[in-house]
Order: sequence, then C-alpha cells, then structure tokens
Amino acid sequence: MYKKDFPFFKNTNTVYLDNAATTQKPNVVIDKIVEYYTHFCANTHRSNFGDANKATKEFENTRNILKDFINAKDAKQIIFTKGITESLNLIASTYAKKFKTVIISSLEHHSNITPWHMQGRTLNDGLEVVNIKDNLEFDFEHFEELLKVNPNSLVSVTHVSNAFGTKHDIKKIAKLTHKYNSYIMIDAAQSLAHFKVDVQDLDVDFYAMSGHKTYGPTGVGALYIKEELLKELPVYQTGGATINDVNYERSIMLDSPYKFEAGTQNIAGVIGFSQALNYLNNIGIEKVFEIEDELYKYLNSKLEKIPGIILYNNVSNSIASKSFNIENINCEDIGILLDKMHIAVRAGHHCAQPIMKKLNIDGTIRASIAFYNTKDDIDKFIKGLKKAITMLKD
Amino acid sequence: MIENKIEEIKDDLEIFDDDLQKYEYIIDLGKSLEPLEEEQKKDENLVQGCTSKVWLICEKKDDKLIFKADSNAAIVKGLVKILLTIYSGLTPNEILQMDKQILQELKLEEIITPNRQSGVQGMIKRINEYAKAFA
Repeated sequence: MYKKDFPFFKNTNTVYLDNAATTQKPNVVIDKIVEYYTHFCANTHRSNFGDANKATKEFENTRNILKDFINAKDAKQIIFTKGITESLNLIASTYAKKFKTVIISSLEHHSNITPWHMQGRTLNDGLEVVNIKDNLEFDFEHFEELLKVNPNSLVSVTHVSNAFGTKHDIKKIAKLTHKYNSYIMIDAAQSLAHFKVDVQDLDVDFYAMSGHKTYGPTGVGALYIKEELLKELPVYQTGGATINDVNYERSIMLDSPYKFEAGTQNIAGVIGFSQALNYLNNIGIEKVFEIEDELYKYLNSKLEKIPGIILYNNVSNSIASKSFNIENINCEDIGILLDKMHIAVRAGHHCAQPIMKKLNIDGTIRASIAFYNTKDDIDKFIKGLKKAITMLKD
Repeated sequence: MIENKIEEIKDDLEIFDDDLQKYEYIIDLGKSLEPLEEEQKKDENLVQGCTSKVWLICEKKDDKLIFKADSNAAIVKGLVKILLTIYSGLTPNEILQMDKQILQELKLEEIITPNRQSGVQGMIKRINEYAKAFA
C-alpha cells in the first residue's frame, strides 16, 4: 500500500528488510531535495536575498516540525548534526567531561562505545556497562547498583537495540538516573521512525536522532537538549554562523541552537528531512506502529517455526528488528545467499561486537521491517531463508 | 599445469547460469574440504582480512608446500577449496611466480562481496608468506 510512495520499489524487485541500517526515501523527500537545488539553492542564516530567505525559512521549518514530532518545548532545543554518531560525539567531547563516570548498557553499538574510549574512558575507569538478562532485557538491579556507587554520572543508552531490536524502558531508566543526580542521553536510531516519542514524558536530557533511519536523507540528524542544559552546554565546534560578535580579542557566540551549528549545514538534507517527518505525520506514527507491530508478530510467528533457529529475544520485549541464527550455519553465508535471491537483510555483528562476544557468537542475521513492508515480503524472506538453510546444511 | 587447474575451475563455474547455482557449487566444493583438527584452529593460524574465520596451515613435503585450511563459513570453505586446489602441491618458487590476480582470472570477483574478496586476498597473501619463508 505504501510502497508506491517510494521510487526504490518501482525500480527493483528486492525484498528490502534492512530498514534498521537505513530506510528507503519517499518521493516527497527526494522531490524536496531536488526542489532546493533546482529552485532556491542558497546559504542559510547569512544572505538577505529572496532565495536565501526561503532556504533559511525552510531549514528552520524542519526544526519546528522535529520539535513537534518529539514534543520538545522549544525549537531552540533541536540542534542539527550529521546524525546520531555526531550527536553522541558532541556530548562525549564536551558536556560528558564533567562526569567522572559514563554508564552505558550492554546493548550499545559502536557509536555509543568508541566515543567514550576516545575520551580515555575504559571499563572500570570512567566507563561502566549495565548487564543484560538472558532475554537481553536491561538489568535494573545492576543499573541501580552502578548508580549507587557512581552518582552524578552520565547515562548513555539506546532506546531500541540496533543489533537485536530489544526496547529499553527509557522512562524507568531516566527516573532512576535522575534519582542519583545523573543525566541521561538516548540513542534513538531504532525508535524515532517506529513509535511516538515524547521527550518531555520520557524526561531525557539528550536525545540523539537520525534522518536517514527516519525516511530522510543521509548525513542529517539532530540532537535534542533539555532546555535548562542549553546554556551550560559548551560549544562543540566554532566558526561561521555560530557567532554574535567577533573581534581579535574575543568571540561572542549566538544562543542555541546556532552556537552548535558551525559552518554551512547540510541544507538540502535538513529541508528534505522535514518532508520525511511530514510524510510520517500524514500517515500518523501510531498507524506506523500498528502496521509494523502486526508485521513483526507475523515475522516472529514464521521464524519460530524454522527448525534450528536461535532467537535472542521475544516479541514482547523487542520491536521492528529480528536478530537470529541458525544452528551450525554461519550467518554471513545466509546473508549472501539471500542477497542472490534479491532479499536484503544484514548479516554480521551489526557494529555491536562487544555484545556478540558476550553472547559468544560471530554475528546474527537481522531482518528489520518498516511500515512499507508487507506480509508478502516476509513470506518471500522465509521462503528464501529455508532455501538458503537447505543449501548450507551438511 | 597450474594454468590447467585454473582453467578447469573457471570452466566449472561458467557452467552455471546464475549466481545462486554458482554458490551451490562453491558450497559443495567446501563440503569436500578435509577439516582441520580442532587444535589446529588456533589464533596463530587465523588469516587476517577475512570476515569469517579461516585457519591456514602449511607443511613442506619434499620440495613442495602442502596447504590445509578450514573455515567456520560454508561459502568460504568452498573458496578455500578452490585456492588449495590451485596452490597446494606447488614449490615455493612456483607460488611466488604466480599471478596474484587470481580472483580476476576466475571471475570470482563478479559474484563474491568486496569483504569476501579481501578475505580471499588475505589467504593468497598468507600463502605467499609461507612460500617466501620456505623458499
């Protein structure tokens, strides 16, 4: 029903189940990018001619749409970045320095591990990792133990695991975090496109978002910052567009969000992102969740019946991505054979090597869905998977 | 002799119309690979550059190098079998004189992913290191 809005599906017969890596882009997003470059290509926030004003207006429009999309109080709380990785790095290299300890979860991918190592934090020396239970759920008891020993920490966790689709109870994690005078940052890579996010209700301090995983262009993301932290947060990079006044003695920065957006931004990307958010708003994020939930349950019910399947979490604690292995078969072999059957999934460690090592596996096969997928896609995937298993069995 | 081996493998791969059939053939080749003993699958025998694990060992018999290898992935096992068919039983000098662009020769680069290609190149590199050491 929705595939018609996405030109990718007109040009291929690929069954696309790698939505956790990136989503396809609807016509409205592509058209908007073309419109910007074709009709009003100009820099933002500087020049005063008509096209530049239009570009600035459209750029700021995205900020407002995103503000409403996540229920932030004010558009100045939304900073545009290259994506989640840059958002996390921004905090890691600035605000996080005031915390002796950073606490992450066992389900983080490399984007929420390596920035901490780059800041010199290692396990038991500035970095702590919350255990997971056997069903890959967050271990709240261990988390509270860590907070008791390390109050005034920065907690940085994913909303939904990139590798496994496990959903963290962020509201509960945030409540505990604040109880111990700590701050919380969320990686929203696998959540923003799938269900309603309300940053005020979640009571998070930072929320890192991706454009390309939310039907928008690549190279665009955003960071939500809690209002009371805006003044406290140091600038990340400086230069053009961040300053109020400069002489050789000193530079006076603008207020948020501009003080965080140095240089010419990915204007086309940001403007294109607005159309992705509008598109989702028109469908309704609740409707998106409903469609995906039904598809996800269908996918689970089919996978469960495959002999030799190893599932790492169940349908009740995960969303959109299903990560699994088949006994005695290498996950990458399956990925390659599915590719030859025009079925796109991800096979490997999903940029989350520590959790793979913890589970003593090289990787998994991950089928991740979006609302444009259909039961027919899942049927074709299951058929292909069975064929691949037959080919690979001894 | 070496040229004949390569030509034979190339002919076998070219029989198949689509990539999936080619892979089926490669997987079957892998099934005929003699497995390494568990104690031989140690880190020092691992080949660098492979996304899957590949263990490669070498011994010199008379003046020829005998290679044995194994992998934890079925498709890679097939690729290993192809390489061992070509390289095992040659003298170090014969190996060192061989064209390193074997992937192009076999047209394997058309069907295997870039990651796997670097894995195959990693195996060829290790084979050449053994050849240099024994030369």
